[in-house]
Amino acid sequence: MTSATGIGARVLRTEDKRFLTGTGRYVDDLPLSRATYAYFLRSPHAHAKIKSIDISAAAKMPGVVNIFTGKDLVDAKVGGLICGWVVKDKHGQPHKSPAHPVMAVDTVRYVGDTVAMIVANSHDEAKDAAEAIKVDYDVKPANVDLAKALDKGAAEVHPEAPGNLVYDWEIGVKADVDAAFAKAAHVTKLDLVNNRLIPNAMEPRAAAADYDKGTGNYTLWSTSQNPHVLRLILSAFVLGIPEHKLRVIAPDVGGGFGSKIFCYADETMVCWAASRVGRPIKWTAERSESFQTDCHGRDHVTHAELALDKDGKFLALKVETIANMGAYLSTFSTAVPTYLYATLLAGQYTTPLIYANVKAALTHTAPVDAYRGAGRPEATFVIESIVSKAAAEMKIDAAELRRKNFIPSTAFPYQTPVALQYDSGNYPPIIDEAMKIADYKGFEARRAEAKSRGKLRGIGFSSYIEACGLAPSQVIGQLGGGVGQWESAQIKFNPTGNVQILTGAHSHGQGHETTFAQLIHDKLGVPMEQIEVVHGDTSTTPFGMGSYGSRSLAVGGSAIMKAADKVIAKGKKIAAHLMEASVADVEFENGVFKVAGTDKNVPLGQVIFAAYVPHNYPITEVEPGMDENAFYDPANFVYPAGTQICELEIDPETGTTEIVNFTAIDDFGNIINPMIVEGQVHGGIVQGVGQALMEGAVYDKSTGQLISGSFMDYTMPRADNFPSFKLGYKHTPCPHNPLGVKGCGEAGAIASPAAVMNAIHNALSPIGVKHVEMPATPLNVWQSIQGAQRQAAE
Amino acid sequence: MTISVAMTVNGKAVSGKVEARTLLVQFLREHLGMTGTHVGCDTSQCGACVVHVDGKSVKSCTILAVQAEGSKVTTIEGLAASPDKLHPMQEAFRENHALQCGFCTPGMVMSAIDMVKRHNYQLDEATVRRELEGNLCRCTGYHNIVKAILAAAPAMKSAGV
Repeated sequence: MTSATGIGARVLRTEDKRFLTGTGRYVDDLPLSRATYAYFLRSPHAHAKIKSIDISAAAKMPGVVNIFTGKDLVDAKVGGLICGWVVKDKHGQPHKSPAHPVMAVDTVRYVGDTVAMIVANSHDEAKDAAEAIKVDYDVKPANVDLAKALDKGAAEVHPEAPGNLVYDWEIGVKADVDAAFAKAAHVTKLDLVNNRLIPNAMEPRAAAADYDKGTGNYTLWSTSQNPHVLRLILSAFVLGIPEHKLRVIAPDVGGGFGSKIFCYADETMVCWAASRVGRPIKWTAERSESFQTDCHGRDHVTHAELALDKDGKFLALKVETIANMGAYLSTFSTAVPTYLYATLLAGQYTTPLIYANVKAALTHTAPVDAYRGAGRPEATFVIESIVSKAAAEMKIDAAELRRKNFIPSTAFPYQTPVALQYDSGNYPPIIDEAMKIADYKGFEARRAEAKSRGKLRGIGFSSYIEACGLAPSQVIGQLGGGVGQWESAQIKFNPTGNVQILTGAHSHGQGHETTFAQLIHDKLGVPMEQIEVVHGDTSTTPFGMGSYGSRSLAVGGSAIMKAADKVIAKGKKIAAHLMEASVADVEFENGVFKVAGTDKNVPLGQVIFAAYVPHNYPITEVEPGMDENAFYDPANFVYPAGTQICELEIDPETGTTEIVNFTAIDDFGNIINPMIVEGQVHGGIVQGVGQALMEGAVYDKSTGQLISGSFMDYTMPRADNFPSFKLGYKHTPCPHNPLGVKGCGEAGAIASPAAVMNAIHNALSPIGVKHVEMPATPLNVWQSIQGAQRQAAE
Repeated sequence: MTISVAMTVNGKAVSGKVEARTLLVQFLREHLGMTGTHVGCDTSQCGACVVHVDGKSVKSCTILAVQAEGSKVTTIEGLAASPDKLHPMQEAFRENHALQCGFCTPGMVMSAIDMVKRHNYQLDEATVRRELEGNLCRCTGYHNIVKAILAAAPAMKSAGV
């Protein structure tokens, strides 16, 4: 069915009205009567032994209700926080798994590690009391510099991980790759740092909890991207509250970008303490607390080499990466630099041989885990940087070198040398379209014109691929993942014909309430205003895995379609009875059941009513009611791909970069709501450009203090850093899910850092600049220019 | 020690007893239960808390409740003429998909209205982008926010708001 509000239509969002009128309900907005307020005392040191904690003065402060420390958790036998993905190292041994106490017991391991929880009648009283807690620290040397974290003599973060090594992991056969390198006509080498980022969803993390003494039930409201998974972790591993006695609600959530996937200490404490305090507890992170304690992203040090034949055909790729895990292994941290990174190193290319070695290192910094793209931006940055560098070295046009090595459209399904089998794609038309929209042909003229104004103009490509729509459960299990990766859906009709779609996915800005409704409107013909999408509450929605890895539509949407098929199948039986026809003759179209070849028909609404008021009903064959469940486990990942072209100008006097043109052409498979998809791409591009030009988490290398600890110190992208973007699509539908969709949530952020940095290098190489690291801040760029000029003078 | 404070919020007279350190945003959220105004940072950078005080956009985390004594405060909750009739800026945000998670939205909308008025309903893209320096959004990449504000300016003028 095609309509103004069905699949493919730019439907305005259902959820917008409440967000635009101040009636959204985020965790901090909850009115909880008799609430207490929690404040967490955090470690001011990167590494220290706790000699003693004296809470006696603080406990007497006005309004204080309770104070808890790590010792209370030990006494109560509370478990530690878990890492849910076991990565086996190159010898087949599981990764080192140091304990992650919810609150520090005798050692603090990063600035922001949780030391005590103060519960008081108001936030201010709790915060005042925190200042009165006396902690006697024995400060130890900190290991903060990732490049040196695995060196002998680096301060050890955990005794369970000697030398700070979590795993030494590899994929591919090194000897084969080395042999290919020996025969190469050209080898391009690249050392790069993938800078550490702080996610900074605009809503700070928050939690609130209430314990019902009568039933023994806990309710935890959390800013979670995956409330069912959070409940599972808290129940099965950390707090031991039976799953059915714990309800987790993630109401309106103000952005996540990965940082709200994980199970954190503070929400765990709020839940645990609710029964001990006997009153509801509320906690909302202050922004500086978010900077210190939200899981950070990226943070790789990488050496890569690409072997090419004399014509520029890729022969082999070799990558060595040290990945920062921070001080503790967060929920999915171990998978990010392995299965979500090295398996993507083929990119869009036919590189026949790939070897990657990844060493995961512990440091005295905040835990590092998935952040928008999670591993795939890091892989794309490696590939797309080294390909552009090779093109420059071999004096081949950057687009031409890419085209020469693209996987041909006839080769799908395409088995890469790094485990993944790409299901579909057609890359050459994408880059052609991007070059057309970006007017690549006219670039040299624009560069010359810019030069006449004293500006250095550059253009950069990034042709990315990602594996998302996480994920086939069996594959995830084989790779060490601790959960299934299917998604659930329930379609619950009411007797009057309106319908609730309950999903295990979670929307924290992606617009599921609209997109998912479009699916059912299109499939079942129910008007949009009679459809409600429900998500985020473990008591009302079926168990599901939540939203991350651009999975909601490809996996969750597919589950909805599967449930809708069940509605139609059952509806046909009821309709056949009502029309006195054979089930085999009943067809369903545009919300109406019909007997093929006749004018007999009965609308869906009538069938629904009959199902709930089954007076004239095939009651011996069909159950009453219309409430269908489905679980969908994908057959493969989905593989969105695209090309971005960034054009920018650098002022050599100030080092300031201005993006003047930005084009993104994507293959997201079929598109349900183009308006929402474009919004995802815009936001993703800006996050990626933020990484390339502005953002960087900086710890002082000697003390481990977080220097970039507020919006005054950590540069967030702002509106005047960007032009308007030019977007376009070239679709190949996904062949293995019922919607033919791929996934669009991370693409922008995955591709854009390389597009920007390739443009920077393209602009600066004529004046002799060899390499600029991210973020290419004005200072960084200016210093690179100065360095090149000094070298030229010498 | 508490201090009495009285002001007009969205046309209604309100009063309360606050601590001297109570911020205007705390008074709105915690005392009046008006949670449409958000707090996204602790350094007055993000702009999620922007409200209008006597017609001017103000970061409500940056002034004390007592400083708003006697003022006329307008928050996101007070913009729409009725539940079915949004302010032209709210409508433009909706029509241009200028919001995703919605958290920065109240502050964005309040800043944008003040921006349009200060520029006498005439804005170009560069001006809008520059004027948004006090408001952070992590979802939209600003693209559609800029579009919405440019669309709202003439709509506000013709609606006389």
